[in-house]
Amino acid sequence: MTDTLQIRPEAAAAPKPAIPLPTAAARAVTAAGAVLTAASAFLSWTYSSQFPGDLTLSGYPGGLQWITFTGGLLTLVYLLVGYGTPGLRGLAPGGAEGTTVILAVGAAASTWFTLIAISVELGGLANLTTGGWVAGIASLLAVVGALGLPRDGQHPQGHRLGALLYPGKRPELAPAKRLAPAFEVGIVLLTLAAALGVFAYGVDTSYAELFAGFLILAGFAAWALNRSGDFARLGEIMQRHRVLATVGAFVAAGLFPFTQTSSNAEANANLGVSILIFAATALGLNIVVGLAGLLDLGYVAFLGVGAYTAALVSGAAGTAFNVQFPFWAAALLGAVVSGIFGVLLGAPTLRVRGDYLAIVTLGFGEIFRIVVQNLDGTSGPNVTNGAIGISNVPDLNIFGFDFGSAHSFGPFDIGRFANYFELMLIFTAIIVLVFARSANSRIGRAWVAIREDETAATAMGINGFRFKLLAFALGATLAGLAGTVFVHVNYSIVPDTFQFAGPTPPNSAFLLAAVVIGGMGTVSGPLVGASLFFLLQAKLSFLHDYQLLLFGITLILFMRFRPEGIIPNRRRQLEFHESQTEDGQEGPTPELRTAEA
Amino acid sequence: MTDTTTATVDNAPAPGTPLLQASNVVMRFGGLTAVNDVSLTVNTGEIIGLIGPNGAGKTTFFNCLTGLYVPTEGTVTYKGATLPPKPHKVTQAGMARTFQNIRLFHNMTVLENVLVGRHTRTKEGLISAILRGPGYRREEADSRAKAMEYLDFVGLANKAGTLARNLPYGEQRKLEVARALASEPGLLLLDEPTAGMNPQETRATEELVFAVRDRGIAVLVIEHDMRFIFNLCDRVAVLVQGQKLVEGDAATVQGDERVVAAYLGTPYEGNADSTTPEENQ
Repeated sequence: MTDTLQIRPEAAAAPKPAIPLPTAAARAVTAAGAVLTAASAFLSWTYSSQFPGDLTLSGYPGGLQWITFTGGLLTLVYLLVGYGTPGLRGLAPGGAEGTTVILAVGAAASTWFTLIAISVELGGLANLTTGGWVAGIASLLAVVGALGLPRDGQHPQGHRLGALLYPGKRPELAPAKRLAPAFEVGIVLLTLAAALGVFAYGVDTSYAELFAGFLILAGFAAWALNRSGDFARLGEIMQRHRVLATVGAFVAAGLFPFTQTSSNAEANANLGVSILIFAATALGLNIVVGLAGLLDLGYVAFLGVGAYTAALVSGAAGTAFNVQFPFWAAALLGAVVSGIFGVLLGAPTLRVRGDYLAIVTLGFGEIFRIVVQNLDGTSGPNVTNGAIGISNVPDLNIFGFDFGSAHSFGPFDIGRFANYFELMLIFTAIIVLVFARSANSRIGRAWVAIREDETAATAMGINGFRFKLLAFALGATLAGLAGTVFVHVNYSIVPDTFQFAGPTPPNSAFLLAAVVIGGMGTVSGPLVGASLFFLLQAKLSFLHDYQLLLFGITLILFMRFRPEGIIPNRRRQLEFHESQTEDGQEGPTPELRTAEA
Repeated sequence: MTDTTTATVDNAPAPGTPLLQASNVVMRFGGLTAVNDVSLTVNTGEIIGLIGPNGAGKTTFFNCLTGLYVPTEGTVTYKGATLPPKPHKVTQAGMARTFQNIRLFHNMTVLENVLVGRHTRTKEGLISAILRGPGYRREEADSRAKAMEYLDFVGLANKAGTLARNLPYGEQRKLEVARALASEPGLLLLDEPTAGMNPQETRATEELVFAVRDRGIAVLVIEHDMRFIFNLCDRVAVLVQGQKLVEGDAATVQGDERVVAAYLGTPYEGNADSTTPEENQ
């Protein structure tokens, strides 16, 4: 087997599988493993109903068993794709075998995670019933079978064990045929529905074990779909139906509160609106960091400026100004004041470049927090009520629609947080529109030019300082806008929310990480990154202080293996994986050409 | 060597009015005088060469002209008006440049690079970019059409969607010229446009510079390739150790023994310290 790994790539036209099995046998083993894995979800896995989700029932999967079931099913589907099942062939343009390996490993990982969780929480392997063992062994069987399948990816040389288990890099995709327009529209809608379903399920996971199991499988499934080329194909189709995809995505997001019918619907809607606020703020930061290339480490201060401005004019008791603005005026004021602060901070700081700017913005972020803390009546004038903050911020009431109380729409009860979710969704749509349009314009090109080479940009007639200041101000304005909703959702506001780093978002470090991990310079990247981080933080709260450790490990792994982020900017993808195009063919990938057109 | 293009030079439009006038430009960095009392005039329709040994101060002088440096002494005027000491305002005024070490926006496409060059000739701001009114759409479409025209001019129209970093070296140089032309300059400053090029590419660059001049744009070019410079230029100025040694047509410069001395060394051993060659004479 080690011989295979040393063969030059051109000689290794058909690399041997990691486990030498006849292909037919490998298929049979994988199929049996996958089917058994899925079926085992219907067995009882443990004796005690103390483990959350109640896995004691036979005949109906509960909690984590659904995860195993889905994992088994997905493995089976891609196995059938690789077998050439009619109707499924188009599902894996980048090769089904590598995909099957990833999915089998994902199913096994989530299953074994469940088994280990049961053993640890209930005290020993004795708590597993036969059903649990069947699930564990069947999922491993599927992995063994999948590793015996013929390999279809590009495999690295060396690193014996790694190369053996690595499912291979996706080969270059052949240009896709266009499908019938109606069919493509159907795919777009189906994708959006599936995304909504996965997101709603993830948010609704009511205990940490379920969320962890979900995350494991979702992570492997995302890797698998990337490896299979499905994500690339979907991206092309979405690009062709951009308007439908964008509008559809917002409609799908708007439907999110309606998917939450369980007893924790309000908590989930709260999570949803917090994610939106965090994501919208991250998108504002993306203008500064992703487009203009200015490293801002104090960005959360602008969210704070917007939030404090809105709080001060909200009519909350104990504020310095006893005024109550209508919300539209408060929102505008919050955005404008934040924008002004952006200019005030930017004007002196943007004269320094790179690392120096990062340090200066870090300082300003802290200054904001400490100033707000000291405007308490003893250290300074009482404006913000100091460290105690402003509480009892009243609920919004727009056109007689009371955001504070639940409303029913037919069979759906839409609670307080769901109301704010829909409001914040509109704000997010505005922020997305502003980002997308400014990025794809003369202004956005100037920002990217400054990021790429400031000297050349100024030589092309771009006033570097002015455009950096504009990016700073626009980013601040958008964060301020998000802040005005933030304060109403949370009833109250305290200065300590707006730190550089801390265990809970929003803080500047989390925002920056969401932008970088999500994908700098893209619209959807920071939205995805922010959702992921917020969910991780909210759902894995049992980890306490270890959360930051996990956060750190996530950052390191991402920067090592996917530096361009989850949703790469087409430019950056080429930048980081240059070697692929260099030893392949010169010039851009077909995707790039179509994207530009 | 000069005989190959004398005909072409004769076809050039007659030198017109002074476009760029640098008078008595001095640039000091601390105790080092990089450019010392250099005057140079570029007239409309001219191609002027600037040569000199390494470290003679050519690029520094260039940077003084384009606002990257503010000259310690002396003035630079363009079309009679003193140039503001800010690079972006210089471009706005009508002088565009390329760089000695190519400075493209590597992660932007070829078309986007040229569109950035259109920056000073377009006006639409943030608000109109967000609202996307008819004015914005018209200007954007117009910009794209013009940018494609410049790409066509340098022969890169078929690569509009390629990332600039993926272009071969010679084409990157062409793209820099297209990007500079997109700002609709009256004077184009080229800093070593043929550095690292093979003879064919150099020849193509020569044609490109003539074509630029034929569009009514004056060109000031720094180059080390003597054959290139003497083929191309109406006048050549020689800069040695920060001072202008001689200025004139190709024959004058080639025949000047001080220039030969500056490049090849003086035939006799005089003083070995760093006095200027002029003083050695």
